[in-house]
Amino acid sequence: MKSRLDEQTIALRAAREFTNGSIVNLGYGMPGLCANLIPEGRTVYFQSENGVLGYGCLATDAEKDYEIINASDQPVTTLPGMCFFDSAVAFDMIRGGHIDIVVLGAYQVSEKGDLANWGRPGRPATGMGGGMDLAVGAGRVIVTMLHTTKDGEPRIVRNCTYPLTARQCVNLIVTDLAVIEVAGKGLVLKEIAAGWTVKEVQALTEAELIPAADLKEIEL
Amino acid sequence: MTKNKIFTNCDEAVADIFDGATVMIGGFGSFGGLPIDLIQALAKQGANNLTIIANMGGVGFELSHRIKPEGYLDTGILFENNQVRKFIGSVPALGGMPPTSPLEKLYNDGKIEIEMVPQGTLAERLRCGAGGLGGFYTPVGIGTVVENGKEKKTIGGKEYILELPLTADFALIKAHRADTLGNLVYRGTARCFNPVMASAAKVTIVEVDKLVESGQLDPEAIVTPHVYVDRIVEIPR
Repeated sequence: MKSRLDEQTIALRAAREFTNGSIVNLGYGMPGLCANLIPEGRTVYFQSENGVLGYGCLATDAEKDYEIINASDQPVTTLPGMCFFDSAVAFDMIRGGHIDIVVLGAYQVSEKGDLANWGRPGRPATGMGGGMDLAVGAGRVIVTMLHTTKDGEPRIVRNCTYPLTARQCVNLIVTDLAVIEVAGKGLVLKEIAAGWTVKEVQALTEAELIPAADLKEIEL
Repeated sequence: MTKNKIFTNCDEAVADIFDGATVMIGGFGSFGGLPIDLIQALAKQGANNLTIIANMGGVGFELSHRIKPEGYLDTGILFENNQVRKFIGSVPALGGMPPTSPLEKLYNDGKIEIEMVPQGTLAERLRCGAGGLGGFYTPVGIGTVVENGKEKKTIGGKEYILELPLTADFALIKAHRADTLGNLVYRGTARCFNPVMASAAKVTIVEVDKLVESGQLDPEAIVTPHVYVDRIVEIPR
């Protein structure tokens, strides 16, 4: 049966990339869901640019404390060993290379791994927040996004037409249709949603996809 | 003699904020760490032509229900009141929200100027302003609109942009506790931009949940030393 991954499942697939002991920052929107989806048996320390390292899951209504939140304004739970710091220190960590993985949303990703995730036509006042710092500073940049726009236009493109966040920064793209690695030779199609063919996914992708030798169905 | 920094209410604490002043507003953007009583006092006081330096522009009460069910007040009220000439920050408006925040409406009507700054660059520009430095080189923004018009330099084979310091006439700050000298401690992620802004303005005005006698805060736990703090208002919470 042919289906697209929902947001929860995209986040689940992205969270599979979290290695044991890694420091991970989750961007605004869909990436935030990853906080509840750490693979079993692994320990991950979530850093957030509003000044916290080592928070837990998204808080339930009963647990909500509006002074313990992630950068998406969502209350999160506390964990033993968590710590707080100010914004300048938070970004020292980010630019200084102390964040192993960041998961970011995107409007567009180019075949070279350029990222556009903060501005779109008709909305000149929306800002980049900490996205530029994270895209430049994090060890590995994972993008979670829908494969196409609401109108069916490709978001994985030859060249980004929306304002850039950073050039050649994306390492892995997880969409509702595919898992794609940004490699030196181009975009490598590693995994594909159940029921879809390479040709069908390519038709919804402006950039050229190189099917991996071990191409498989998206594994969760 | 020790200066008395204690004010009995926010109205008095913000009374001398003048038309055309540059005002930093602490917090991150939404409820966490926002000095909301001081912001409301500034809205009531009515100073205009302000330059506001804040991480986010606020969403305004109407949109705030999408973030917190019961809604909350934020920096948006200063834009609703048309008190602001220029905004400097990293998120003037949120892309995930409809384009109806008070700041975005003003901007789309051509009634306000925006200087968009990556969040880490904002924090570091404040730290430069606080520390008397002339600026710094960052790799953030290379290859994007952020580099437009700025000096670039290659250091160790890597490209950087020169970014300049930010200072202000006033900073409005939210802390958890202050002692009577003005030493501050914060709570949770409500710390965020508050300490960096508290140290970067000429006059720093703080609202705190609880005021204690000097000597009652653990010296090892103080985040903002009292030298940076000019006025304190206790809003018991």
